[in-house]
Amino acid sequence: MHMADALIAPAVAATMYAASGVTTAYSIKKVRFENDPKKIPTMGIMSAFVFATQMINFTIPGTGSSGHLCGGLLLSILLGPYAGFLSMVSVLLIQCLLFADGGLLALGANIWNMAFYGCFVGYLLIYRPLTKKTMNRTKIMLASVLGSVISLQLGAFSVTLETLFSGITALSFGQFLALMQPIHLAIGTVEGLITGTVVIFLYNTRPELLRKDAPEGKFSYKKVMVILGVTVLLIGGGLSLAASSNPDGLEWSIEKMTGSTEMNAKDNYADTVQSAAKVQEKTALLPDYAFPDSNSPAGTSFSGIFGAAIVAAVTVGCCVLFKMFRKKDSTT
Amino acid sequence: MAINMAKITDAIFAVHELEEMADRKLEVNKVHPLVKLVITLAYMILVVSFHKYNLPGLLPFILYPLILLKLSDIPVKACLGKIRGLLPLLLFIGIFNPIFDSAPYVYIAGIGISGGIISMVTLFLKGMYCISASFLLIATTGIDGICYALRLLHIPNILVTQFLLTYRYITVLMAEANGVYQAYSLRAPGEKGVKYKIWGSLIGQLLLRSIDRAGNLYESMLLRGFNGEFAYIKKTKAQGRDYAFLSLWLGIFAVLYFGIKILI
Repeated sequence: MHMADALIAPAVAATMYAASGVTTAYSIKKVRFENDPKKIPTMGIMSAFVFATQMINFTIPGTGSSGHLCGGLLLSILLGPYAGFLSMVSVLLIQCLLFADGGLLALGANIWNMAFYGCFVGYLLIYRPLTKKTMNRTKIMLASVLGSVISLQLGAFSVTLETLFSGITALSFGQFLALMQPIHLAIGTVEGLITGTVVIFLYNTRPELLRKDAPEGKFSYKKVMVILGVTVLLIGGGLSLAASSNPDGLEWSIEKMTGSTEMNAKDNYADTVQSAAKVQEKTALLPDYAFPDSNSPAGTSFSGIFGAAIVAAVTVGCCVLFKMFRKKDSTT
Repeated sequence: MAINMAKITDAIFAVHELEEMADRKLEVNKVHPLVKLVITLAYMILVVSFHKYNLPGLLPFILYPLILLKLSDIPVKACLGKIRGLLPLLLFIGIFNPIFDSAPYVYIAGIGISGGIISMVTLFLKGMYCISASFLLIATTGIDGICYALRLLHIPNILVTQFLLTYRYITVLMAEANGVYQAYSLRAPGEKGVKYKIWGSLIGQLLLRSIDRAGNLYESMLLRGFNGEFAYIKKTKAQGRDYAFLSLWLGIFAVLYFGIKILI
């Protein structure tokens, strides 16, 4: 899944560097806060272990092929998500510098696609909640496979988006997605199975390595909102500039078929469609992702941030409502 | 033997080979690491910023890897070996361009060449240039030098130390993984890889050994007075010739980049 330098435009590379940089800085802060002097040598050795293990081929049962370990989820299980993330950054940097796997410019994107999803989505949102209360073989295996599959699917989806935003491939969004997602479903399953079997082995032989007795950090909504806010600004404001110059996959396909990026209604529903378009035109706050009657790039950036802020507001509103109803239910 | 063990031994060899290249006392190796890092990044950013149809603009940029190959006395074959690994990925992405972008973009001697073919070639060139630049950076600077440059750029110590430790231990752990893998393959002739039944125990054993090694490593580091900061290499300040090297290359890049824009 390594992105190469040739596949990424400078604007996309910079955006992904910023996103990965913020995550790295936050992880460093968390690891420093743990104040465990043994942690850094352990992280170094664990990264080297994952790197060495990646070279071993594993026979996939029932097929003639073989797969290998990626390691983000395994590192997070052993070291925690923050130290695991930093260890994955080292692995990716070594792969890029020594073995030309990935590239220096694409490093930010690769960290995001492979380390971020594996450590923060695969482990923090999937593996840990599933194994937190009780841990047994079935749960470990289920959580590992689910965590790996979802992380790799998200990673593959990000690769598709980054490549398309960079304007490298002539494939449409749908075509590229259809190529990427199924391959990574298989890769994710194998990754999950390998991780699961290793963790089960540890569970049987050295269970103390898996049970961390350290107190859990208090979940801070404020911090999450700050991180989400920065991400929204970066993606909404930065990537929208890169995206706006070319039609998207769907528009591209329409353009190929009709010669225009927008469909013209020619059938019986033409009147209805045109009326709807007029209503949309009147009510749209930022038509075509820009200020009305302006082609300024600031308008495009503003639209990206504004749109993301509305989505965030609606999501937060739904969560608050959901929480209120849940409280009501528990009191009755 | 069915299991391909050459992969691990090749990787160990590649790490040692790069270290040997970086340790040579050539003039280009003596240039300040931060200067080389800045030049490499500037080169890469310029190369990838070319439009997918701008093949003429991209062609002169081959000068940088060619001149650096000559200065560093590195065989072209070694550089091409690195590019080989990238080819399948570029092929996977690039092969669709001529299929989906088949409209003629330019006519040469009456023969129409499609935009897809041009964009595929520029994709290959960009990949080749970037890999060469990255390889030449590491082959003339070494990981220690890169870490020193990263510290000068104020990359947090925790990350750089961790990275350096990883680098120092990859060969040790790759050799260990190779031993385990070799022992398994001698007992499992005809197998393409490690069987599902022993995935956990094979990797798990290696993992337990690594964890114990991490404990020993930490104790040894403490005994030698480790206080969280590594002494990377002798700290050097950029000198006049380093600034001259930097200015020269940035000047050449600017001339190539803007010169082509004016000409075309």
